[in-house]
Amino acid sequence: MNSTATAPRRPIDIVNASLKRRYGAERRFRWLGLIAVMLGLGFVALLLVSIVSKGYTAFWQTYIQLPVTLSAADIDPKGVITAADTAAETRRKALVRANFRTPVRDALRAQFPDVSGRTDRRALNALISGGAALQLRHLVSEDPALIGTEQTLWLVADDDVDMFMKGRSTPIDEQPGAGEARPSAATGDITLTAAADDFTRITTSVRGFLERRTERLDRDIARLERILADLAGEGAQISAAMDDADAAARDRLEDRAARVDDRSGQIARKLERTRGEREALGARLAAAAAGEPLALSDEMPSFMVAINGGMVKVQEATADRLSGTVVSTLASADPAPPGTWRLLELRTPEDDRRLSDRQVAWIWQLEQRGLIEQRFNTLFFTNGTSREPELAGIAAALVGSFYTLVLTLLFSFPIAVGAALYLEEFAPKNRFTDLIEVNINNLAAVPSIVFGLLGLAVFINVFGVPRSTPLVAAMVLTLMTLPTIIIASRAALKAVPPSIREAALGVGASPLQTQFHHVLPLALPGMLTGTIIGMAQALGETAPLLMIGLIAFIVDIPGGLTDPATVLPVQIFMWADSPERGFVERTSAAIMILLAFLVLMNLAAVLLRRRFERRW
Amino acid sequence: MSQFLLLAVVLAAMAFAFQVGRNRAIRTAGGPTGIKDLHSLPAYYGWYVAIWAGLPALLVLLAWVGLEERIITLLLVQGLPPSLTEGLSDGRVGLLVNDIKNLATGGITSGDPTPAVQAAAERYRRWLGIADAARWALVLVVVLGGLSVAWRRLSPAFRARNRVEATLLGILVLFSSIAILTTLGIVLSVLFESVLFFQRVPWTEFLFGTQWSPQIALRADQVGASGAFGAVPLFTGTLLISAIAMLIAVPIGLLSAIYLSEYAAPRLRAWSKPTLEVLAGIPTVVYGFFAALTVAPFMRELGESIGLDVASESALAAGAVMGIMIIPFVSSLSDDVINAVPQSLRDGSYALGATQAETIKRVILPAALPGIVGGVLLAVSRAIGETMIVVMAAGLAANLTANPLESVTTVTVQIVTLLTGDQEFDSAKTLAAFALGLTLFAVTLTLNVIALHIVRKYREQYE
Amino acid sequence: MSTTAEAIDTNTGNLRAADFDGERAFEGTLGDITTREPRMECRAVNVWYDANHAIREVSLDIGKHEVVAMIGPSGCGKSTFLRCLNRMNDTIPAARVTGSIKLDGREVLDRGIDVVPLRAQVGMVFQKPNPFPKSIYENIAYGPRIHGLVNHKSELDELVETSLKRAGLWNEVKDRLGQPGTGLSGGQQQRLCIARTIAVSPEVILMDEPCSALDPIATAVIEELIAELKQDYSIAIVTHSMQQAARVSERTAYFHLGDLLEVGATAQIFEDPQHHLTRAYVTGRFG
Repeated sequence: MNSTATAPRRPIDIVNASLKRRYGAERRFRWLGLIAVMLGLGFVALLLVSIVSKGYTAFWQTYIQLPVTLSAADIDPKGVITAADTAAETRRKALVRANFRTPVRDALRAQFPDVSGRTDRRALNALISGGAALQLRHLVSEDPALIGTEQTLWLVADDDVDMFMKGRSTPIDEQPGAGEARPSAATGDITLTAAADDFTRITTSVRGFLERRTERLDRDIARLERILADLAGEGAQISAAMDDADAAARDRLEDRAARVDDRSGQIARKLERTRGEREALGARLAAAAAGEPLALSDEMPSFMVAINGGMVKVQEATADRLSGTVVSTLASADPAPPGTWRLLELRTPEDDRRLSDRQVAWIWQLEQRGLIEQRFNTLFFTNGTSREPELAGIAAALVGSFYTLVLTLLFSFPIAVGAALYLEEFAPKNRFTDLIEVNINNLAAVPSIVFGLLGLAVFINVFGVPRSTPLVAAMVLTLMTLPTIIIASRAALKAVPPSIREAALGVGASPLQTQFHHVLPLALPGMLTGTIIGMAQALGETAPLLMIGLIAFIVDIPGGLTDPATVLPVQIFMWADSPERGFVERTSAAIMILLAFLVLMNLAAVLLRRRFERRW
Repeated sequence: MSQFLLLAVVLAAMAFAFQVGRNRAIRTAGGPTGIKDLHSLPAYYGWYVAIWAGLPALLVLLAWVGLEERIITLLLVQGLPPSLTEGLSDGRVGLLVNDIKNLATGGITSGDPTPAVQAAAERYRRWLGIADAARWALVLVVVLGGLSVAWRRLSPAFRARNRVEATLLGILVLFSSIAILTTLGIVLSVLFESVLFFQRVPWTEFLFGTQWSPQIALRADQVGASGAFGAVPLFTGTLLISAIAMLIAVPIGLLSAIYLSEYAAPRLRAWSKPTLEVLAGIPTVVYGFFAALTVAPFMRELGESIGLDVASESALAAGAVMGIMIIPFVSSLSDDVINAVPQSLRDGSYALGATQAETIKRVILPAALPGIVGGVLLAVSRAIGETMIVVMAAGLAANLTANPLESVTTVTVQIVTLLTGDQEFDSAKTLAAFALGLTLFAVTLTLNVIALHIVRKYREQYE
Repeated sequence: MSTTAEAIDTNTGNLRAADFDGERAFEGTLGDITTREPRMECRAVNVWYDANHAIREVSLDIGKHEVVAMIGPSGCGKSTFLRCLNRMNDTIPAARVTGSIKLDGREVLDRGIDVVPLRAQVGMVFQKPNPFPKSIYENIAYGPRIHGLVNHKSELDELVETSLKRAGLWNEVKDRLGQPGTGLSGGQQQRLCIARTIAVSPEVILMDEPCSALDPIATAVIEELIAELKQDYSIAIVTHSMQQAARVSERTAYFHLGDLLEVGATAQIFEDPQHHLTRAYVTGRFG
């Protein structure tokens, strides 16, 4: 930069000198913009991927195949259903009362004859959905002659089983045994000895878990000690301050000292407990190092051995020997040659999942027998909602949405087109039409929930329109979508050149004839495009519908416009609120279907626009 | 069902009237050759008669459907023996009436009906029958009456087209007025209930109180019978979440609009603009689900991993997702505004040797500022009124805090909570929802009016 | 068909359709395209807008301290040519430029050349005054600021003042420098734009019909200003008004349908044009 010192610099030199800095700023700004676009696109991708990855599995449902004996003793003890002369109504009532649950349970029990005890039986029964009984009822009501026969049926599995089969409960690692394994007995608490070091995986896993736990305890101890030291320091400070304090301050300080003491006591007790825990753990680890068996607990990953057609849940293990409980009786206590038995690791600890190890063992065995599989989930498309995720479907919501949308279309299209026609073509320019314009523009931006309040206060409470029905929903949605359609329709009317109107008026058509015969047909595609977009908006709307009672729990598919109903987005809202894991995938799947409809509608709008777009 | 049948009958009568009117017009003109003597085309005479036959009847039917249930219920309550209704609250009477109606229509009733109730049900059934018959009779009489009035007026010189067109125009005006009626309906409904609310709770407490716990005991004598209705925590919660949303939406929306309109190659622009707009078409309930099940747990874990305590319904998660929702809104409004800046300003800047970024930052953005501000105001109004995301991902407890990691509640969440579930219509709790609705409506309306005004002024400046 | 022969034949001034069909082969420029002290030298410049050949083989020099006027009927490409000189055509994606334009001996059309310093050296004033929606002061200060030409507020104040003075606007606006530039009258706005251009100390100023949106009085003021500015700058002005070209310029170039038909001293072009079309244009047969 010596030129500045010697000669006055020419402007162009200054410009050239600034270029590097300025192009740096240019590049940074450009990057910023690109990052913003990428973030936006990334959010779209994230949203869709998150929904699809959660939801695609809902289109399959786990079924369990069982030979079910439809015994007359359970279903039809009085022979009402089978009797040829029973009236249809009586038969229907008998079917509703009939016990279809016992046949299902018996069939499941037949698969695992060794299950006994109330708790275990209940755990076994929990594998099959309550919907299985409904399946049987449906079957029998179609053909009463089936009573007394044995049918091999695919029955709906419980949602926990479904989640497990879809890998959303716990991952399972399977490993074939390398050496021969010798069980000590076929049932009860047994030991299992392996010829090779087959169980090192168990010991490693348990040791790893214990070591991690020790580390955490060590950290806790350190933290507690630090707090204790701090408190001691504070106590010392207080007592030092107490020496030269007046009476009022002394009272306050004593108060504080008491609180510090209290807290120190608490922390000290906690520290003692933690140290005790830490020592016990250390002792266990030391014992394990010395060759003692390591015990498993419900907080760690579970291990099971599948051997001789049964299953053993591991309780303690060394590298080549374990003891455990038989959860499913072994066919024999013979030694199992290498490769015929397997070691299973359920990586999610039993405490953290809804299925117990025992239930997992049953499912695993059913799977080995080929009796459990995932099939296309027709229930999702034919059922209404349910408290049980595996039985919940979107049919009722879809029908509700359909009725609501059709009504909304019937209400809003004529009104919007009429209003647009009047405002664009006939309305004189005065304060009344100005008022309408301002209102339309503002209504387009009013929060949707406010329309819900309007619906509740006016339609339901004043006009007495029945609550929770497609009718009232359509009325509210009509008011909501009107601005959208009116604005689009006016734009479509504006796009029709004045020459068309002049031509029609020129041959003596009345203004209304001009509009209906010439302008409207030309503007129609644009109006329809706007209408479709408005309908898409209505299809996805939720908030105002909550206000007017569409949130009711609707199992039955609504039969008419004044039947209680729900709609797809509200159904999604309600499912999203349910705690069961099974509902997460159902909700996501319902969202996928909703989005699919929206995509179709928007696509239709785009195609319509392309097809009829006209340049004047 | 009988309503729909009657509706179909009226429509059929209209079709019939159209034929009759048209044929009569042709006949009075002396057959097809005389059509030119008619004032209007024969079809207009048909329409005229059809309108007379259908329109009054449809109005009568509509009024009847709206009033029938109410009148019969009134009669029913008055007809009940005093021993049944004495000392019962309105709500209890309502339940009794429901029981009677259910009994009459063969539904499920609560408990065994007493003879008095059974008698009432019998009466109710009878009245329903009478009402049904009367409706049919009345509507048909009106149809025939209208038909005959129109019939008598038909003559070749009669200006049928003008009459029909005037009616049609009247209907169009009516349709146009629905926008005004809607606004009026909104204002009246929230105002009316709010006035009732402010009679119980002073407006100063509502606007400036910092305690919000609307859970009123069901019976008046229970503890905590009067809830607290200080809405300040709701306002701050709403503002907090909206502010987070705007912090995300405005920079991303604005910068991506700038990038797409000034820098991006046409091909990138062609596919990324519609892709961004996908975000605008996704229903808000989907965002709510995304916020509650993906973003909130993620933020919680993220917070835990760096030692922060993040609430599982944190304002941050709800606000962030709301921000994502608003991105396309901001970006498409900004895009419009930026494109409205005339090319001559860009040329002027380039001709002075400005780089593109300098031109954008120092010329285009300042020039577009009013429009952008208008757009952002619209976006704020949208964030304030957004419901589903916060209902699903924000908290329920009113929490006066500015910490985005804590859980806060919003105006819209409270409206939904107060109005879903069991409700008595004139309890303070329910009315509070309308007071909140009034506040929400007033605030968003003000924002919208200001924003639309700014945007319009801005457009006029460059037109 | 020999167009040259025809051109001589039609020196009488009869026009024919062929003169305007836009498909004629280039026949070269009459007169001397060069000047004594060239600042910008353009050789064989061609411009295409997609397939449309808007400028054909134009060669022209712009000298120091001189005003070159470019005249011709609308759509003849004079504005397009002007925009090539500081590469404003870059902002139009469809435009493609070939040939050579040199500024002080350095090639301007090279892809590698940086347009930012180029435009700082070759300023431009547009047809419609386009002040930024900022204050008068900020309008002038914008250029020096982005280029970093000044370091202190006082320097900037001084620069704003001299620029406004040189544009003859100082006395009219000195009391309201903080008010928006868009509030000035059309003529004042255009002088503001000129002042804005001067503030970056360019060497060449391009003016694209600077007076077409102005009334006669404002036009006269601008023309005076141009006469003063040529002491320090090279000026190329596109104009629709032949009187204006005659009043302000030393040399005049006549463009016709993308061709530069004739260049010469202004007096010669208006008094004794060699090409029949130039003659027809300057005598007002078409335009």
